[in-house]
Amino acid sequence: MNWIYDPWPWYVAGPLIAFTMFILLLAGKQFGMSSNLRTACSAMGAGKAADFFKFDWKAERWNLMLVAGAVIGGFIASNYMSDNIVEINPEVAQQLATDYQIESAGESYLPTELFSTAALSNPFTIIILLLGGLMVGFGARYAGGCTSGHAISGLSNLQLPSLIAVIGFFIGGLVMIHLIFPLIF
Amino acid sequence: MKYFTYLVIGIFFGIVMFKSEAASWFRIYEMFQFGSFHMYGIIGSALALGVIGVQLIKRKNIKPLDGSEMSLQPKKKGIARYLIGGIIFGLGWALAGACPGPMYVLAGAGYGSIFIVIFGALAGTFLYGILRKHLPH
Repeated sequence: MNWIYDPWPWYVAGPLIAFTMFILLLAGKQFGMSSNLRTACSAMGAGKAADFFKFDWKAERWNLMLVAGAVIGGFIASNYMSDNIVEINPEVAQQLATDYQIESAGESYLPTELFSTAALSNPFTIIILLLGGLMVGFGARYAGGCTSGHAISGLSNLQLPSLIAVIGFFIGGLVMIHLIFPLIF
Repeated sequence: MKYFTYLVIGIFFGIVMFKSEAASWFRIYEMFQFGSFHMYGIIGSALALGVIGVQLIKRKNIKPLDGSEMSLQPKKKGIARYLIGGIIFGLGWALAGACPGPMYVLAGAGYGSIFIVIFGALAGTFLYGILRKHLPH
């Protein structure tokens, strides 16, 4: 296996994510990727609109640095360490093609039907992406964390609220894929 | 210097997210279709090591390098906010196929459309800030 170029298996990726969390803990911070959205809102002046954004965002600049790093990491990985193709379960790929005409599984990293520049000429695509982002941002803040903050960080610390949140993540995800996708695609 | 450390951690995390394909819409879809063990393996193994490590930190009273307190505060108790917020998050996660970490990774990878998702996430965060007082917590 070419470990730089091939996709990393779960038993490599999972431990590396745990490692990320521990490094952050040793640096005195809690692993969570969604709080930067609040920091960014606050930095852009949202404190004028709601008290929720009135806090010393400059003390939270570290999570903006984390974001900047993630951007650079994505650039490095996609340009130098990947062929940008994701192979998924062939049955799932087939189902995506048959039911939703999403046929780019096994050919790209993200479905071109939703993420290519050409797809943006369809207002429906823009609404999907915007609405998806909106629910991610709203839900993460309402629940007080996202996949990293609750599913990894919170559950590692055996927090019941995080378990409730993660159950919520899966209820939402399953409802979207199994009940709403057939209606909208 | 301290900020440089976070930048490096971010780069590392970004590479892991991209290389593990956790940043791929396809992998999220496949996960919710129970089509592969991949995503469950990633979350499960990270979590297993995480639980062991956090227990070690607590039992051995390990401190951060600067000697401050570990950021392991318990989450505030409650059900409504975690369940409702979680469900809304899950709906968005499955639709956009990206959660808050991978969004930025994909921006770096050159997928311009992801900026619409990021804009949406910022707007969603802002909306929560405005509506917060009126929501059950």
